[in-house]
Amino acid sequence: MSVVTLTINDKLVSAPRTATLLDAIQDQGIDVPTLCHLKGLSERGGCRLCVVEVEGSPRLAASCVTPVAEGMVIRTHTEKIIKYRRQMIELLLAERNHVCAVCVQNGNCELQTLAAKLGVTSVRYDYICPDLPMDASHERFVMDHNRCVLCGRCNRVCDEVEGAHTLDMAGRGIHSKVIAGMNQPWGTSRSCTSCGKCVQVCPTGALFKKGSTAAEMKKQHDFLLWILDGREKKIWRWS
Amino acid sequence: MAQSELDRQKQFRCRMLVCASTPCISSGALAVEEALKKAVEAEGLQTEIETVATGCLGPCSRGPLVTVQYEGQPDVAYEGVTVEIAPFLLAKHAKGLLVPELDNKAIPADWPFFAKQKKLVLAESGTVDPEKLESYVARGGYSALGQTLREMTPEEVCNEMVKSGLRGRGGAGFPTGLKWNMVRKAPGERKYVVANGDEGDPGAYMDRTLMESDPHRVLEGMAIAGFAVGADQGYIYVRGEYPLAAKRLEKAIRQAERKGLLGSRILDSNFNFRIDIRMGAGAFVCGEETALMQSIMGRRGQPVPRPPYPANRGLWGGPTLINNVETFGNITTIITKGATFYAAYGTEKSKGAKIFALAGKVNNTGLIEVTIGITLREIVFDIGGGIRGGRPFKAAQTGGPSGGCIPSEYLVTPIDYETLQRLGSIMGSGGLIVMDDQSCMPDVAKFFMEFCMDESCGKCGPCRGGTVQMHRILGKITNGSATMEDLSKLEELCIMVKETSLCGLGMTAPNPIYSTLRYFRDEYEAHIRDHHCPAGVCQFTEKPLRIAVA
Amino acid sequence: MATSTSSKPRLATVWLGGCAGCHMSLLDLDERIVDVLNLVDLVYSPIADIKHFPEGVDVTLVEGSVCNEENLHLARELRKKSKLVVAFGDCAVTGNVPMMRNRLKLEGIISAVYTEPFYREGPGPVPQPESGAIPALLPKVVPLHGVIPVDVFLPGCPPSPDRIWAAINAILSGGPIELPVEMRTFG
Repeated sequence: MSVVTLTINDKLVSAPRTATLLDAIQDQGIDVPTLCHLKGLSERGGCRLCVVEVEGSPRLAASCVTPVAEGMVIRTHTEKIIKYRRQMIELLLAERNHVCAVCVQNGNCELQTLAAKLGVTSVRYDYICPDLPMDASHERFVMDHNRCVLCGRCNRVCDEVEGAHTLDMAGRGIHSKVIAGMNQPWGTSRSCTSCGKCVQVCPTGALFKKGSTAAEMKKQHDFLLWILDGREKKIWRWS
Repeated sequence: MAQSELDRQKQFRCRMLVCASTPCISSGALAVEEALKKAVEAEGLQTEIETVATGCLGPCSRGPLVTVQYEGQPDVAYEGVTVEIAPFLLAKHAKGLLVPELDNKAIPADWPFFAKQKKLVLAESGTVDPEKLESYVARGGYSALGQTLREMTPEEVCNEMVKSGLRGRGGAGFPTGLKWNMVRKAPGERKYVVANGDEGDPGAYMDRTLMESDPHRVLEGMAIAGFAVGADQGYIYVRGEYPLAAKRLEKAIRQAERKGLLGSRILDSNFNFRIDIRMGAGAFVCGEETALMQSIMGRRGQPVPRPPYPANRGLWGGPTLINNVETFGNITTIITKGATFYAAYGTEKSKGAKIFALAGKVNNTGLIEVTIGITLREIVFDIGGGIRGGRPFKAAQTGGPSGGCIPSEYLVTPIDYETLQRLGSIMGSGGLIVMDDQSCMPDVAKFFMEFCMDESCGKCGPCRGGTVQMHRILGKITNGSATMEDLSKLEELCIMVKETSLCGLGMTAPNPIYSTLRYFRDEYEAHIRDHHCPAGVCQFTEKPLRIAVA
Repeated sequence: MATSTSSKPRLATVWLGGCAGCHMSLLDLDERIVDVLNLVDLVYSPIADIKHFPEGVDVTLVEGSVCNEENLHLARELRKKSKLVVAFGDCAVTGNVPMMRNRLKLEGIISAVYTEPFYREGPGPVPQPESGAIPALLPKVVPLHGVIPVDVFLPGCPPSPDRIWAAINAILSGGPIELPVEMRTFG
């Protein structure tokens, strides 16, 4: 496997030619925040939290969708980027109704954890407080648009891993919304296999098991690599 | 074919050219054309006078426009022609009567609106019948394609583009020749050519006019591009709101295919090239090339991160050449007249002429084509005829919601890609909105931000949430509830959204705020500190909720 | 306890639009509450019967979001009279549960409580603002920093006694007030 060398935060490192910047960064044990990225799913490059500075480039690069290149010099935690990441989290918290205290995922939420980790102490922007519905028509799961960060993980897992493509995105801009089937109540969608993968990959309390109450919902992502390794590489980790 | 059409046209002593592009149609051009035809028939002059529906002449606010070409007389253009007046044209030109009603309708030949323009792309717009292939061919149409196929190699075509100095007319100004060469050299079994006609800037209609007025020119440009890069399939992506353009293009494609100018074995060569139309569905973001390709492929019209660039991996993974419709409009000129001829126009780094949609508070609005490097003053005061009501010029907005404003101190600077960028604006696709002292800059910025907010696709967080928050802060500034803290928050957001957004929409959305803040910061501060709107636009009905630090 | 004239820092706690849970959590400091009261003078609090917000307060903990005119008035007043203002708990920091009414129309909210409650019957006709019986609701609920500058944010619904203890200690010791990550989460 051919290898490239690049510099991450002043340290010379090597990475496989096929790797993304994010792979290379994470290989070094550097913690770069991500939200739409999930190992096992295709990259979306939408949340922009993983942006890094690339020397010689006028633009920041979303590391999850940027391939490594020989001689690249990148920085992952400059003052500017840290500030931008905070602002992005603030924007996410402001755009929907993230009421952590009464959320099923309180304590286990990726958005909540990221906010604390990145030092978001308050949201300086206006809370939009949109009037969004919940879809509880599915017999096992609930979709709460109030908590959705539009990362698209559920869309991708439904399409790429389960193969059902029940979930997709409708609308645009701030009015974007995850939909089931042909924008119908989730419970009436005939393509949904009720596999629950979408629920497990959802970073927030937007998708949860019916019957969960505040702070009860915990999600497991590891099933994804378990399935994919078994399916594609025939490696089954039973224990 | 050209000869027979020319012969046919020679039978007539007089041709009456009625502008039939969207602005003139909406002011009644079709009825005027009908009235003219009837009048000609009533006089029994069908064999002598031909009435033709043509493409756009330019001064759109003065429509319907009719040009009379009379044997042995100079062409005369008339503005504001109505059904009632139409027969007078006949009376004057065919019978030589004096018609006082027409005196103030005739546009003087030396009118600066026309005199200051240089029409390279729109050269035939207004003379050819866009729905008739013969009409285009008679004016030399498809000879460039023939010349290319017979005499040039793909490499030579690309190099001709390089030599011409043509740059992308979609806004960013990427050198066209370079792009063509990239696609030509990119390995791939199947390549594609895409014409971007998803023109979405408010107030801009350059591409629409070109597609409506001279559709064959665009098709020919695309076919030459297809030959140059090795593609056999082209798509022309037409904005959903342009039904007339789509109709005329469709007709043009059918006509060209029938005559062997498109399709298989074009002009008996080995070159095959098909063109299909794809209609947009009303999303501004689909003008962004990666989103546009998603849309062509039938997917959700959202941008995808680059690299890979379309030149390497575009439609269905194949190398894809995407150029703006107007860029394709330049190709035939470069081929037939030569790169050297073309490069003689424009500035050192920006060659040729550019079409602008001149709008706002000027006396003459409409579609203009000017040599790149012309000053803003010439556009506003000569071509535009100055500010309406003699009011002072305040600023001109170029590049629509992705651009910025140019204040009066830069009226004398030449307009080209680099200068505009240095001034904090962009060339953009060619929207040019002129503002006078009654335009409030925060309010203008709010207008554009509202547009970006509505058009943000929602895929990336900074653009989706950032445009909404910037719009809210501008709303507060214009209603009196903002504090100086909000202004710094706004500036912070501008920088963040610009630097972190996924695609060009988000990266450029803060530009109108940036540039108005750069030149008119005092106006923002007057709004916030004194609740005073210098332009007298904003009503301050609110007060800030948050108190400042004691 | 409010009458002391010592030079101890003067502490106020304020209850705006919230459930009082943050104050409960404060009281839940157990025996540490005695330490706190030894370190400060409590000069204003819903748990002490003091009518007016005093002058010259060093630290004010503010629970609750800003929901009505009275909240707004008090918030502005306490800002003027306090050196350090702490947004105390999620309602003050993020708007939290009270802010969930922002998606609803104002008129409906009041009548839903007074005349058309979910259960049986309400307490009667909606009191008119001019009667002074209830303060007028603000059109939108905002977190504390929406109306005044806030110096320290202490999130949590409610902030656990340990968080409160850590924050108060940091504030009183005059050191940098930065809580560890696990004490910074909302909710």
